[in-house]
Amino acid sequence: MTEAVLGALLSHWRRNLLQLFTLIAGLALATALWSGVQAINAEARASYDAAAETLGEGTFAQIVAADGGAIPVSDYVALRRAGWLVSPVVEGRLDGVRIVGLEPLTAPGGLGPVELGGDGDITAFLSGEGQVFGPREALAALDGIEAERTESPGVAPGTVITDIAVAQRLLGTDTLTRLIVAHDQPIGRPALGEAAPALSLREAQDASDVERLTDSFHLNLTAFGLLSFAVGLFIVHGAIGLAFEERRAMVRTLRAVGVPLRRLVAVMAAELTLLALVAGALGVAVGYVIAAALLPDVAATLRGLYGAQVAGSLELRPSWWLTGLGIALAGTAMASAAALWQVARMPILAAAQPRAWALRTGRGRAVQAVGALLLLALAGALAIRGGGLATGFAMLGALLVGAALLLPILLDAALRLGARFARETVPHWFWADTRQQLPGLSLALMALMLAMAANVGVSTMVSSFRLTFTGFLDQRLASEFYVSVEDAAEVEPLLTFLEPRVDAILPILWVDRDLAGVPGELYGMRPHETYRENWRFLEAEPEVWDRVFAGEGVIVNEQMARRADLVLGQPLLVAPNTSLPILGIYGDYGNPIGQAVIGEDLFGGLYPEAGALRFGLRLPAADVPALRDALRDFGLPDGAMIDQARIKAFSLEVFDRTFAVTGALNVLTLSVAGFAMLMSLLTLASLRLPQLAPVWALGLTRAELGRLELIRAVLLACLTALLALPLGLALAWVLLAVVNVEAFGWRLPMFLFPADYARLGLFALIAALLAAALPAFRLAQTSPATLLKVFSNER
Amino acid sequence: MNARLAVLLAFWPLAAMPQGFAGLGTDAEGFALPQPEPVFDFPADHGSHPDYRIEWWYLTANLDGADGWEYGLQWTLFRSALAPEAGEGWTAPQVWMGHAAVTTPERHFFTERLARGGIGQAGVEATPFAAWIDDWQLAGTDFDTLRMTATGPDFGYDVQLTAEGPLVFHGDRGYSVKSAEGQASYYYSQPFYALAGTLTLPEGEIAVTGSAWLDREWSSQPLAETQTGWDWFSLSFDTGDKLMGFRLRQTDGADYTSATWIEADGSTTAYPDGAFTADPLETAQVAGREVPVHWRVTLPDRGVDVTVEAMNDRAWMTTSIAYWEGPVIVSGSHRGRGYLEMTGYE
Repeated sequence: MTEAVLGALLSHWRRNLLQLFTLIAGLALATALWSGVQAINAEARASYDAAAETLGEGTFAQIVAADGGAIPVSDYVALRRAGWLVSPVVEGRLDGVRIVGLEPLTAPGGLGPVELGGDGDITAFLSGEGQVFGPREALAALDGIEAERTESPGVAPGTVITDIAVAQRLLGTDTLTRLIVAHDQPIGRPALGEAAPALSLREAQDASDVERLTDSFHLNLTAFGLLSFAVGLFIVHGAIGLAFEERRAMVRTLRAVGVPLRRLVAVMAAELTLLALVAGALGVAVGYVIAAALLPDVAATLRGLYGAQVAGSLELRPSWWLTGLGIALAGTAMASAAALWQVARMPILAAAQPRAWALRTGRGRAVQAVGALLLLALAGALAIRGGGLATGFAMLGALLVGAALLLPILLDAALRLGARFARETVPHWFWADTRQQLPGLSLALMALMLAMAANVGVSTMVSSFRLTFTGFLDQRLASEFYVSVEDAAEVEPLLTFLEPRVDAILPILWVDRDLAGVPGELYGMRPHETYRENWRFLEAEPEVWDRVFAGEGVIVNEQMARRADLVLGQPLLVAPNTSLPILGIYGDYGNPIGQAVIGEDLFGGLYPEAGALRFGLRLPAADVPALRDALRDFGLPDGAMIDQARIKAFSLEVFDRTFAVTGALNVLTLSVAGFAMLMSLLTLASLRLPQLAPVWALGLTRAELGRLELIRAVLLACLTALLALPLGLALAWVLLAVVNVEAFGWRLPMFLFPADYARLGLFALIAALLAAALPAFRLAQTSPATLLKVFSNER
Repeated sequence: MNARLAVLLAFWPLAAMPQGFAGLGTDAEGFALPQPEPVFDFPADHGSHPDYRIEWWYLTANLDGADGWEYGLQWTLFRSALAPEAGEGWTAPQVWMGHAAVTTPERHFFTERLARGGIGQAGVEATPFAAWIDDWQLAGTDFDTLRMTATGPDFGYDVQLTAEGPLVFHGDRGYSVKSAEGQASYYYSQPFYALAGTLTLPEGEIAVTGSAWLDREWSSQPLAETQTGWDWFSLSFDTGDKLMGFRLRQTDGADYTSATWIEADGSTTAYPDGAFTADPLETAQVAGREVPVHWRVTLPDRGVDVTVEAMNDRAWMTTSIAYWEGPVIVSGSHRGRGYLEMTGYE
């Protein structure tokens, strides 16, 4: 019997291929967007984890030189001989590849993904030319080295792992970068300061630096994925609702011939599960394609913005497949619960005719309004309270859901207002009929509004960001030309060569060190007008540059100040025994890392071993090509020279890539919303025949009816777009003032882009028109016989 | 990291190693091989011999605590060479491993350290004598007066050793044959150390006194391929006599045994294969395997027929390469205490 029931139920889909397509496409689209975003996140996380695991960050405390420099091997031995169980790490770059040298005998368990098996291997690892382990592209970049290269995909992208002896040889150093502290330490160990006064301990962080910095970026993506999924579910809900409505007669017949209700519901659930699995599998496959297409951009973004290495290619993970299918099933269950419930409760003798969705009761609407207002109030409260990425996203969620719930109510009010001004019969009927349709369309309209608001919000944020960023680049990249050398020995001859040829040489001098307890960069700046003229402070004390150049104070960037809660006048430790008052806070939109700047003379005294290898050159812009030629003759490779225009172009390219992903997701969500609208209108069209037939019978032509359908769609889209605009701007504000501050550490001014909004509104109208076109056309083509039949039937 | 295990496989004498050609003096990879009729050069030979593949400084002690309990103590430094040279810096082909343990009748504390040679983190120097790895040390102005320390996550000790007798040479004047095929090592001991010092256990510090036995052994090919493990006994009898005996188990089920009888004045008698017997009487379930913890040990030539029983069955060393090492109690024809080491019960 089950087979027969299933056959009967499935026959519906055979006769309504479009519905089947809608259901599967909607679900597949929702799953695809969701799982695509998840795949990108998972790939990035896997890369961070590999990096953190390789380097022992996150799990183990680290010991670094207090002055931010290198650690002599003798300090390591002294610590070990004092009873500190630490393991040395050497890190550096060679041919663009990060070389990580570990000491396998003392490395704490679980450190490094390198698999070494058999005693032959360890001998090879520890002696001779050694072995390096890494992903293929990193090994390929190290073509010239003599060590045996072994492919090991578990190592972080752009990184190779090798023995400490090999790493020191490759990097040409005899010092250590840092020490990893094992969890289990022996008893009776002296304090670190006693055993090695020049070193300082950095506690293990719950997440690696990179992970913390990029967290917000991934949260952004996830929010987008969720939004897309929700919009996709609107489609599924519509399609399932329609299918169930149309099958009421079939259900009644089946039950009348003796199919138990329970069995019927079970078979229907099984049918949906089957469809969900098919659609889910399709969706995961499409999601994979989306992720694979977007991942290179995401990887480039993360590298450019945060210096995080993410593999550019996607790995298929079983967990990801399963989650995709799971979310498809869950989505179907959510979208079909109401329909199944209805079937289960339907009296066997109830009218089997399809009927339009009834108007919501006044009470239901009141509940919805109260819920919406509560959510909006919550969003407002969160905005006032502020702080934290989680708060920011909670605020976004409350704002969006609240606004979506409020939408049908506002639309209804608008339509009622319209009806009041209608004097003639047809317009009157038009307004009333539109209101009557509203409940059936409201889900699709909500989807449209959310998609539009997201679009307005994100594009406002991105464009504001871009304007600020471009302005920042113009200020900051003041030098006309930049040169760099590999080796300190090359500096003197280069400077001698440059001296007579340029107006000024500005060394770019820095050390990596902890600033106010977080890893950052400390710069030493040569006194020059360039800085006075170009750098803009958010806050500063008077004569800030004179005092910084005189070594009397330090200036910090905005993200540093925000992260460590720094204010003007507060002292900041810039070297083990030196702290200086903060004299200024400057805007810095280049990267999220904390920076501080002191005068060159003071810097030289504190970090005599840190020499500048990069230099900014001031000269008339017209002389740049000549200087480039001269430097080429001098022997400087092209890769070591870069002019201002190229850096700017590169920076903007990184920036645009960063948001290429958001742009793509924006377009996708908007198309999904358009699709949802199409499906809702199609669904309604077939159900509304009994309501339209009398109007036709009263004298309105079919063409007029079709035209009115089109006008209705445009009207609703217009109203929705109008409401989406303020919501989008609120969204942009949250992104700029809350999420960005957390994600990057800076707060950006908000600019408005009316032309963009107008264009978006136009798109929404076109989408609505397109969505309404097919149903309207169909209506115009409906044969009079069909319309007449409405009157001959029982209704 | 699997690398550790691999290092220790290279370390441990039980690992299959390229066998040398007896009499040629070096093996295929250039490691020196022990030669019969050795002439030791002290104090230099207390130091390390980097041209041999493996070497150890192995100290065990039976102690009486001020709290009335008996304790066992172990301090071991192993050296393993990847190539026959001392080397300098990170590339030095010498790997060091330290094991330390304290055994009480109820508990067994142990810990392990690993280090590269060439950078000063671990090593052995002959004059003044110093053997160290990390913060552990066995050091003094000469070999007769040493301070010995070790620490672990939950225990530590700091004791003073004073030699009360001469060095003792095993086999033929220190040339100790380990198989019928002629594998051999250089092997001498200082079994006459008096010990006094402090143990640090979770319950607090405990003053201890007792006697300690230091083994020095180095070789490049200590075991034959057919040998699966050993049971090594160092027993001190109440009479003042001491007995070192070991049984090398072979894959065919037969044993190869060797023993040294040490009189109170340090004079020795070496016994060839078969004179000394050791047979398990009872095994215990230790760390998931059956380990013999109750033995019958005989040396008929000296009228020795004793049972040797572990003070604490659970003296299992869950180090990179696991083995059993713990204090034992002797009864039967002779009474006394000692140490038992059992390897190859993986």
